[in-house]
Amino acid sequence: MLARSCLRSTRAIASARNGAVKITKRAASSSSSGSAADSPLRMNIAAVAATTVAAGSIAWYYHLYGPTAHAMTPAEEGLHAPKYPWVHEQFFKTFDHQALRRGFQVYREVCASCHSLSRVPYRALVGTILTSDEAKALAEENEYDTEPNDQGEIEKRPGKLADYLPSPYPNDEAARFSNNGALPPDLSLIVKARHGGCNYIFSLLTGYPDEPPAGAQVGDGLNFNPYFPGTGIAMARVLYEGLVDYEDETPATTSQMAKDVVEFLNWAAEPELDDRKRMGMKVLVVTSVMFALSVWVKRYKWAWVKSRKIVYDPPKSGNSRH
Amino acid sequence: MASIASSSLYNALFRRNYTMLGAVFAGAFTFEMWYGSTMDKIWDKNNRGRQWKDIRSKYVEDAEEEE
Repeated sequence: MLARSCLRSTRAIASARNGAVKITKRAASSSSSGSAADSPLRMNIAAVAATTVAAGSIAWYYHLYGPTAHAMTPAEEGLHAPKYPWVHEQFFKTFDHQALRRGFQVYREVCASCHSLSRVPYRALVGTILTSDEAKALAEENEYDTEPNDQGEIEKRPGKLADYLPSPYPNDEAARFSNNGALPPDLSLIVKARHGGCNYIFSLLTGYPDEPPAGAQVGDGLNFNPYFPGTGIAMARVLYEGLVDYEDETPATTSQMAKDVVEFLNWAAEPELDDRKRMGMKVLVVTSVMFALSVWVKRYKWAWVKSRKIVYDPPKSGNSRH
Repeated sequence: MASIASSSLYNALFRRNYTMLGAVFAGAFTFEMWYGSTMDKIWDKNNRGRQWKDIRSKYVEDAEEEE
């Protein structure tokens, strides 16, 4: 009896929620006709029980499927970097090549002692960051392997524009050995390779607190950085004010150096970005004009269809020819 | 007037297929030249001072030697 009334009242609730007033009425009428001996007390008990079951099932469902399951704790996730208004990330803006030049200087003088930039050749720097004379002079500072000579020996030659930027370590094992077991990642594609891109790297470089907050667990040989996933990062803070003397006499504050090097690393990851955006602008303009034209042509061609008037002219009854 | 202009245009260009094809190709070529240079001008104006060609003069030493 209870079960039947439960069923009925839940159905009534469900149908009332659906807003189908007629179904509610029908359920009410069928219940009154089905069992005529429902006392008010029983009806109340049934309503309370049905409500309990409904609310309980919703609570159980939410308990099971509702909350988001996080694989990592917030500390393991790392602090999410705030969004900065990078000008070079706007749709129709190029990189600021003066900033790229400063950023390359920061990379060369600071980052390059541990981090490689192995996918960038000197020739890519020509015409974007350096003049070809500067790039040639820079390339010649390093030695590269030659092709095997007649005796099969590999000699050294000075670098040329086609060579790639030299790595600080011969291989990953050497890099790990020199850095307390931590591998400094290659920076060629780092902006693409990290969630948050420019914002993350800028926040990481500038986000080292003076000392770790109370209660934070910092492992041996690690430094605390809230933006790094896990908060323990092997790289110490490197960018201090006045570390680099900019040739264009920009004040070398920590955030200025971080901003410049981040923009440079974004260029290293996406050297085609300027051309891509320029082509994108051309494509957008042409396609929007073509779209507008196609809309106009459609309306022109359909104008007579849309504006015609169809009139039924009934035959006059008197002089029908049939 | 318009009919005279359009009929002369028709007789000159679109009457024979090869002239029309030539007109289309030549028109596409000239439009592309014009459009590309115009958009590049707009682009350079929008990015004045940011591109390498704007700051190159500060760093290049021998103008005739540079490419």
